[in-house]
Amino acid sequence: MTVSRALSAKSLCIISAIALYLTTVASITVGPMSISFTDSIQSLLPLTNADIPNHITMIVQQVRLPRTLLAIAVGGILAICGAVMQGLFRNPLADPGIIGVSSGAALGAAIAIVLFGGLASHYPTLLLFGTVPMFACFGGALITFTVYRLGTGSNGTSVTMMLLAGVAISALAGAALGLLNYFADDQALRDLSLWTMGSLAGANPQGLWLAFTTLVILFTLYYRDADKINAMLLGESEARHMGINVQTLKRRLIVLAAVGVGVTVALAGMIGFIGLIVPHVSRMLIGPNYKTLLPVTVLLGALLLLFADMLARTVVAPLDMPVGIVTALIGAPFFVWLLIKQKGRI
Amino acid sequence: MLALFTQPKNMTHDSIGQYRGSTSVSVNHLSVELNRRTILDDMSFELNKGEFTALLGPNGTGKSTLLKAITGELAAHGDIKLFNQPRQYWRSEDLARHLGVLPQSSTLSFNFTSREVVSLGGIGLNILNHQLEQVVANNMEKADVLHLADRSYPTLSGGEKQRVHFARVLTQLEQSGDNKVILLDEPTSALDLRHQHSTLALAKALAKQGATVVAVLHDLNLAAQYADRLMILNQGKIIRDATPKDALKSDIIEQVYQHKVSVIPHPELGHPIVIAT
Repeated sequence: MTVSRALSAKSLCIISAIALYLTTVASITVGPMSISFTDSIQSLLPLTNADIPNHITMIVQQVRLPRTLLAIAVGGILAICGAVMQGLFRNPLADPGIIGVSSGAALGAAIAIVLFGGLASHYPTLLLFGTVPMFACFGGALITFTVYRLGTGSNGTSVTMMLLAGVAISALAGAALGLLNYFADDQALRDLSLWTMGSLAGANPQGLWLAFTTLVILFTLYYRDADKINAMLLGESEARHMGINVQTLKRRLIVLAAVGVGVTVALAGMIGFIGLIVPHVSRMLIGPNYKTLLPVTVLLGALLLLFADMLARTVVAPLDMPVGIVTALIGAPFFVWLLIKQKGRI
Repeated sequence: MLALFTQPKNMTHDSIGQYRGSTSVSVNHLSVELNRRTILDDMSFELNKGEFTALLGPNGTGKSTLLKAITGELAAHGDIKLFNQPRQYWRSEDLARHLGVLPQSSTLSFNFTSREVVSLGGIGLNILNHQLEQVVANNMEKADVLHLADRSYPTLSGGEKQRVHFARVLTQLEQSGDNKVILLDEPTSALDLRHQHSTLALAKALAKQGATVVAVLHDLNLAAQYADRLMILNQGKIIRDATPKDALKSDIIEQVYQHKVSVIPHPELGHPIVIAT
C-alpha cells in the first residue's frame, strides 16, 4: 500500500489557521445574548468603542473573549500532550483522560482546594497560580509514571495494561474526589464540581496568562524533541541505539505532559478526548512525523475545543453546558471506533 | 573533560586491504550475570575492521547478551573498547554514529513510509536536509528497498521491514568515516531463502568496505557461506573462534549442540556444510 497523504503539512497548517481565525471570530459573536458581528468586533477595537453600549463591550471583552482564548490555549495544550503521550506509549490509544492522568490531576487539584480552600478568599491569585496547578501537575505526573511503569515492559507497551491501569486509577481518583466532595464545605464544593465536568466558564486574565505561557513552553520544548519522539516510535532500544538518552527523554516528556494536563485541569477541569481525537485525525491527514504533527495538533486542538465550547454554550442557551460533556459525546464513539480498528492487537 | 574522548583517535586508511587486522572492538574479561546466573563467563576477544563474524551456539548461550553488553544495554564486568576508547567514555550520540544495531524485529503502529523510517537514522547526523535525502536514497538502494520508499512501513513483509531497517542503520552510520561497527541480532530468522542470502550478502559487502560486522546466526551453513570468522559460544564461553573451515568440525558441533552431524564441503563454493543426522 502506497501512502498518499491527504494534505501537505504546510497547507493543513494554513487551512486550520484560517479556520481557527474564523471560529474565533464566530465564538466572540455567538452567545445567548445576540450581539451583531460588527458590534462584537468594534467592541474589541479600543478606538471605536464610543458608539457601542457599555454592557455589550463588557460581555465581549470580559466574558466571550477570555473564554474563547482559554478554549484555544486549553485545546492546544490537551492536543499536544495527547500527541506526545501516544508517542511515548507507542500507541494511538493513549490519551490523558483515558489513561487516568486527568483524574490524577483533578484529584491533586481537589486536594489543594479542600486543604487550602479557606485561603481562597484572601489570596485568590496565589491559589490559582500556585497551589492548585502545582498539585494538579504533581497528581498528573504521579499517575503518568505509574501507568507507564505498569503498562510498559521489555516488549513495548501493553495496551491492555495501559487501559486497565487507566480504569483502575480513574476509579480510585473518582472515589477520592467523591470523598472530598462529601467533606467539602460549600465554596469548595462549587469549585470541585467544575473539575469533574470540565468547563471554560471560569476564564480570567490571570488564567489566560498561565495557559498561554504553558502552551508556548510545551510547544517549544516538545518541538525540540520531535525527532527523538519519532525515533522512540521505533522502540526504546532502537532509540537507545540511535544515541538517544531514552531515560531522560521519557522523564522530560512525562513531566511536561503532566504540567500541561495539570494546568488545563486547574483552569478548566477535566476535558476528555481532545488529546485522543486531534492527534489521530492529524496523523490521518499528514502522517505521523512529529516535526509536522506537533504544530498541526496545536491548531486543530484549539479549533476543536473552541467549536465544542460554542456548541456547549449555544445548544441549550441560556444554559451553559459543561464543555467536557460535548467533547465526551464526540470523543467516546471515536474511541470505540479506534478500539475496533485495533482489536487484533489488543 | 569528556570532549577529549569524543573523537576516536583512530587512523585513516586508504585501501581496503589495510582494514584487515586493525582492531575496532576489543573485549577483555567480560562477564555478565543475570539473576545470579552467569550468562557470559570471562570472555576476551578482538574484532577487526573488514571482518564479518558470526556468533553461533545453542539457544541461551549468551549470544544476544554479548551484543547487548557491547551496546551497553546490559551492565557487565570487564572492559569493552570501541576504536581504542573504553565504551563508557563514549558519549551516546557520538557512539551512535559508529555503532549500529539491526533489531530482530521492530513493531511500529504508526503509518510511516519506509523512506521516513530510513530518514530517522539521520537524526544524529550533521547534515543538511537535501543531503540527507540523497543519503537516504543511496542507502535504500544499497539495501534494495528504494522501490518501497513510499510504501507504508506497517504493510511491508517481515523481510522488507528488515531491509528498511538495514538502510536506516546505514544512514545512522553515514558519518562514521572508516569506523563502523554493525551488530545484527538474528538478522535472518524471519526471512525466506532469497532474503536470508541477500541480507547476509549485504552484510558481507559492508565488511568488505571496512565495516566490522557481527551477526548472531542459527544457520551454521549460512554462517559458513558468508562469515569470515565464526565464534561458537556455549554456556557463556567461546568454544571455538576460527575461520569456517577450521571452526565447523563435527566433533565440536556435536559437543556444543548435542546432536550428531556430518560435515562435508559445499560442491561448488567449497565452504563446509553441516548436515544433521
